Amino acid sequence: MSSAIDLLSGFCLLSGGLLCITGGVGLLRLPDFFSRVHAVGLTETLAAPLLLVGLMLEMGWSLDLFKILMIMILVLATNPTATHAMAKAALHGGHPPKLGDASDEAQGDASSKA
Amino acid sequence: MALSAAIVAVLVTMVLALIRAFEGFSAYDRMLAANLFGTKTVLLIALGGYALSWHSFLDIALLYAMVNYVGTIAVMRFFDDSGLTSDPNSDVDGS
Repeated sequence: MSSAIDLLSGFCLLSGGLLCITGGVGLLRLPDFFSRVHAVGLTETLAAPLLLVGLMLEMGWSLDLFKILMIMILVLATNPTATHAMAKAALHGGHPPKLGDASDEAQGDASSKA
Repeated sequence: MALSAAIVAVLVTMVLALIRAFEGFSAYDRMLAANLFGTKTVLLIALGGYALSWHSFLDIALLYAMVNYVGTIAVMRFFDDSGLTSDPNSDVDGS
């Protein structure tokens, strides 16, 4: 029973860490601001609860468990809201998303030939 | 073991966010990287505080999550109202 919980905790922690690095690489490598918002927002919203659930499974029953639950609820509520606010501010502030063929030719990579 | 790996992954992500925040193409990119950095700080405080068995580290993490959210919303509302971000170098063609 305890080893099953350890296994589940390790899985949650490792997959959360992998999602963290995925979001960081997406923030660094993707070409457009809105695609970067997409990468960061989606991976953050899944990675933070995975890491916190893994931490909850590591520790026993205590008050800290409910504090982590509060952090998880707060992150789940505020992170998509902040992402939406950033995308809306960028869209209203004269930062149009790259669409269509011209941006693909400007990038000059092989994906424009698909 | 998995806890250490998760802490290392969070630290690597914070370094990537810092790189984006320093060379960021526009102010929005810098704010996005700052928001990512703040969320990763919350996770780092929670994981590292448990690994190092600090006292009442989760209160600090909860407070940091609230401050990060309010700061992001405030800066984005400020950008939304003022025209501060209309710099000509905000395009990513030079990358």
